[in-house]
Amino acid sequence: MTAAVEVVDIARQFGRVQALAGVSLAVERGEFFGLLGPNGAGKTTLISVLAGLVRPDRGNARILGHDVVSDYRAARRSLGVVPQELVFDPFFTVRETLRIQSGYFGLRSNDDWIDEILHNLDLTSKADANMRALSGGMKRRVLVGQALVHKPPVIVLDEPTAGVDVELRQSLWAFIRKLNRDGHTIILTTHYLEEAEALCARIAMLKAGRVVALDTTRNLLSRFAGLTLRLTAAEIPPPWQARVLRREGRTAYIGLATYDDLERLLADMRMAGIRIEELALAETDLEQVFLRIMSGRDEPDDTRPVEAVPEA
Amino acid sequence: MSAAEPGGDARPATDGGRAERRDGQSHLTARAAIGPGWLTLLHKELLRFWKVSFQTIAAPILTSLLYLLIFSHVLESRVAVFDNQVRYTAFLVPGLVMMSVLQNSFANSSSSLIQSKITGNLFFVLVTPLSPGELFAAYVVGAMVRGIAVGLGVLAVTVWFSPALLAMPHPLFALAFALLGSAILGTLGLVAGIWADKFDQLAAFQNFLIVPLTFLAGVFYSIHTLPPFWQALSHFNPFFYMIDGFRYGFFGLSDVPPTVSLAVVAACAASLATLALVLLERGWKLRH
Repeated sequence: MTAAVEVVDIARQFGRVQALAGVSLAVERGEFFGLLGPNGAGKTTLISVLAGLVRPDRGNARILGHDVVSDYRAARRSLGVVPQELVFDPFFTVRETLRIQSGYFGLRSNDDWIDEILHNLDLTSKADANMRALSGGMKRRVLVGQALVHKPPVIVLDEPTAGVDVELRQSLWAFIRKLNRDGHTIILTTHYLEEAEALCARIAMLKAGRVVALDTTRNLLSRFAGLTLRLTAAEIPPPWQARVLRREGRTAYIGLATYDDLERLLADMRMAGIRIEELALAETDLEQVFLRIMSGRDEPDDTRPVEAVPEA
Repeated sequence: MSAAEPGGDARPATDGGRAERRDGQSHLTARAAIGPGWLTLLHKELLRFWKVSFQTIAAPILTSLLYLLIFSHVLESRVAVFDNQVRYTAFLVPGLVMMSVLQNSFANSSSSLIQSKITGNLFFVLVTPLSPGELFAAYVVGAMVRGIAVGLGVLAVTVWFSPALLAMPHPLFALAFALLGSAILGTLGLVAGIWADKFDQLAAFQNFLIVPLTFLAGVFYSIHTLPPFWQALSHFNPFFYMIDGFRYGFFGLSDVPPTVSLAVVAACAASLATLALVLLERGWKLRH
């Protein structure tokens, strides 16, 4: 069966910036797939290639087997994209906006489905309100609705919960999960890694326009099984510096394989006379995996126990 | 909620005008009528100006009426046109009608595009299956409707100053020039709207190109009253042919033969349409 989304060696340069540097990946039908990466990693560019908003320098992309350039009509009918920016047409009400969007896809009298979308997005009471009168969170839900009017088999959400309060975020995810259970393929980018961990069965991580990790969420978590220590101190003993995933001023995030590692680190610090100002320990979650991969320490070997500090 | 063949091939809607699933089940949208998507974009374009019709229709009609009152009052007894075969006020009316058609056609497509670009909602047009030709048709026809609606409004309020105008000897000529002129300016507006990144760039296009070309195209005078140099220069202004040809429909008189004007205007329309379609096809400034 053709994949929901298939991307082969897509590259795109903007001026001197290589936004995508040969990205290949496939998303199977019915998957809930996460696309993660720091700002500028190329997530939005990749989504824009799928939507036909950016033409790649090389490579090709297909939605349900339809090439996004040569067979763009079928590709775009198969795809619904929720953009990251809060865009809206100030001339129209919520219902008009959704009706117009339906019409672009050739769907007339789509009101039954529009009503269902409005209900699921908790927008029924705002159906006749002008778009200008909506709060940011409501506008964002209308964007979700616009992406869904033509019942696309593949739905891409680019940071859909930014600016949406917690309660609405939960109801939005319940709706998206329902769409996924009904068979829609969902591709999600988000800054909330706990969301990706809770929702996505498989994840691709992008960095500087390349795929640096592509695996099931479970495998990614087990591959990096271990602990992350948040440690605030004047310095970190030299042998442990290679384990630092990220620094925020005097606070360092250090990857540990086992509690034995923790003991050794603390012993080294005591021997070196370094005072611990603050210390906290966390189980590996997607955020830690993300930090490890983005810091370039993405080899599981990195978590092997550190040799004892050589005597000075 | 029942999902519409989410995992299946997605050609539910438009191609054949029928909604059928490959597996033979009725598509979720089976009850929904299916039609060409560009008609919705056209409808949206019409709603867009209709919702603010006081500004988009009534205001330009009032402006034209003021032009007529002032210019005819000041110039009626001083300016001779078409060897005095036509009163100046009567001469002015078709010029003002056509000027309104042209300026409002340009304003409609250009402002729609730039607003959609700046607010970002053009995104939801660009991710649809609409082809470059369909985008072109929707924006240009929308602009033509606005231009011609304003033109008819201007005619309705100014014709009272010269009711004899209604005995048009060549109405089809007038119609052809109104359609072609509004299509040309609608297309120019489309190109300008795609090109401009900011409102002031668009305003510059309008104020330094469209307005001078229309004012210098013989709306207020016959080019035969101009010195030879300016008369010759006017022949390089395509707007001159649109207005002169349109006026021929009302008087059977013109500065150049109407068939020549028609050929020039049709050639302009065809070249600009080709340019706009090529730009849309390439995704110039719309699809990076």
